[in-house]
Amino acid sequence: MNALRLALSLTAASLWHRRRVLALVCLTLTLSVTLLLGIQYLRTEVRQSFNNTITGTDLIVGARSGQLNLLLYTVFHLGDATNNIRWSTYQQLRTDERIDWVIPLSLGDSYRGHRVIGTNTQFFERFGYGDEQSLALASGDWFSDLFDVVLGANVARQMTHRVGDRITLSHGGGSTSFSRHDDLPFRVSGVLEATGTPVDQAVFIGLDAMEAIHVGWESGVAIPGRTLSGDEARERSYQPDSITAALLGLKRPILTFQVQRELNQYTGEPLSAILPGVALSRLWQVMGQFEKALLAIGGFVVVTSLVGLVSVLLTLQAQRRREMAILRATGASPALIASLYSLESLGLALLSCLLAVVLGALGITALSPWLLEHYGLQLGLRALNTDEWAVLGSVPLAALLVSLAPAISSWLTSRRQGFGGFE
Amino acid sequence: MTEKTAATPAGSAGTDNAIHTRALAYRWPGMDTAMVFPDIQLARGEHLFLHGPSGTGKSTLLGLLSGLLVPERGTVQLLGETVSDWPNGARDRFRADHLGIIFQQFNLVPYLTASGNAELPCRLSSSRHKRAGPGVSTVARSLLAQLGLDEETAHRKVTGLSIGQQQRVAAARALIGAPEIILADEPTSALDTDNRDRFLELLLTMAAEQGTSVVFVSHDQALARHFHDHIALEGRS
Repeated sequence: MNALRLALSLTAASLWHRRRVLALVCLTLTLSVTLLLGIQYLRTEVRQSFNNTITGTDLIVGARSGQLNLLLYTVFHLGDATNNIRWSTYQQLRTDERIDWVIPLSLGDSYRGHRVIGTNTQFFERFGYGDEQSLALASGDWFSDLFDVVLGANVARQMTHRVGDRITLSHGGGSTSFSRHDDLPFRVSGVLEATGTPVDQAVFIGLDAMEAIHVGWESGVAIPGRTLSGDEARERSYQPDSITAALLGLKRPILTFQVQRELNQYTGEPLSAILPGVALSRLWQVMGQFEKALLAIGGFVVVTSLVGLVSVLLTLQAQRRREMAILRATGASPALIASLYSLESLGLALLSCLLAVVLGALGITALSPWLLEHYGLQLGLRALNTDEWAVLGSVPLAALLVSLAPAISSWLTSRRQGFGGFE
Repeated sequence: MTEKTAATPAGSAGTDNAIHTRALAYRWPGMDTAMVFPDIQLARGEHLFLHGPSGTGKSTLLGLLSGLLVPERGTVQLLGETVSDWPNGARDRFRADHLGIIFQQFNLVPYLTASGNAELPCRLSSSRHKRAGPGVSTVARSLLAQLGLDEETAHRKVTGLSIGQQQRVAAARALIGAPEIILADEPTSALDTDNRDRFLELLLTMAAEQGTSVVFVSHDQALARHFHDHIALEGRS
């Protein structure tokens, strides 16, 4: 124990003595550990937020297609639907007594690059994300008039829209659509709270509004004289022919597979029903390769800086022969001499890890508003999980391992050392 | 100039000897023939002057005496123990417990203070710690003070000290905890004449006070007059 205490105090004094040289090594190691830890932390957070893009929905129903495609266009608003589902099918879903609620989704239009989603109040009441959270309005109300629109948090922020603003939707997708529904402008009735999900990027209107703006557009473009004016539109009632997809909540989740099988075998028209959780994890598997590659790169960067650490320790070893000779002559064992190298390496690694945690925490605190603004990623400080502790723990272990090179070589040298160390 | 023969017992029986070597020979790797050394017998508390020009194997002999090297032939007995037969670890512990070492120069651990360097043996050996007493740093500072280094110097990094001061710190390190034997390898060769004589006198006086034997190696015959016992190394054979 005496020897360990001596070794520790010598290590501390020696590190401090060589602080100028070692500061750079320590900085390199700190930055690389910060990178690795940051990737691991972000990976967990992104996966968490990804898996919580949609919760509470038991089944997603759309026209027959692959589950990833259905998930992408209903939840992530990416890509297009292969086909629509009939209004009668939607009515049948609503009356099915095993089904608690149905959120209709009607896609197709856009507002300056943001998807317009035709739906009804069910969406606002039933849609869940994150940890079973439901949507909330930051300002205003859900639609009351036919031409009311509710904006996702990012849409409102990017376009600097407030409640009461008037906006014009475009026909079809893309930010530079040439056909616009400019004769029927909408009024912003509400803005949603940020959710960190694709909901933030979307624009919501009522199903009947979706119908109203497309009267006279049956051929794909507006035919003059057949479109409606705002007041005409309000006087009519609408019955859509079809919707794009529907989100279902069941009364008893245990029936999920039964309902799914029935919908997949539905004879009225070809349907696909998918489990959002399963589809999300399939999608993550596809994208997961990317995060693994990132993690591997982070690992390599740490290994590189550890190699740098060893090369500095080996360079210092030549300078330290005299000091080791003195310690040997005073009665220090070769093991004690060797342990000085390992302890220095370990000490530097621990210091770097500590600094990396501090740096990471500061970085996340500083960057989280920016990340929410630009990527809709809600990132907060939380306690490290086991994976991150493993990353953090592996760095000192690896440092200890690589320090064996100078440690063993100095152990061998000091065993052969004569009086004065130079013979 | 100094007569210290009177204080020591003349006997040569086992445990009264600080050092007793027989027919020592050592061969460095790559050498054709072994270096042989004259037998040494030094009573406890006695000082020995080991004279020899460079290349006569002075440092090799000190390596053998300190237990850092193991002789090819012959034995080293220190304080009655045949240390040369012991395993590495035991020799290291014996050196920590019973030997003080002073090199020619660059004697000190650069990142410790003067008093930190002087305390080093007490931290490596519990028996020297015990002999030094409970306040090791007080002992170290008083040793440094006796050697002419004030309190302020004791707390300075050794890299800022002059060579003369450094050698005195090394002497304090060798003396602390009253080891039975001090091995000194040309400790005065980098000092001027005044400093050299003062250093040697202080070292020998303080060693005598605590009953420590000093083996002093030098090529400088002028220093021989401080010693009663002399051995000359004639070079390898």
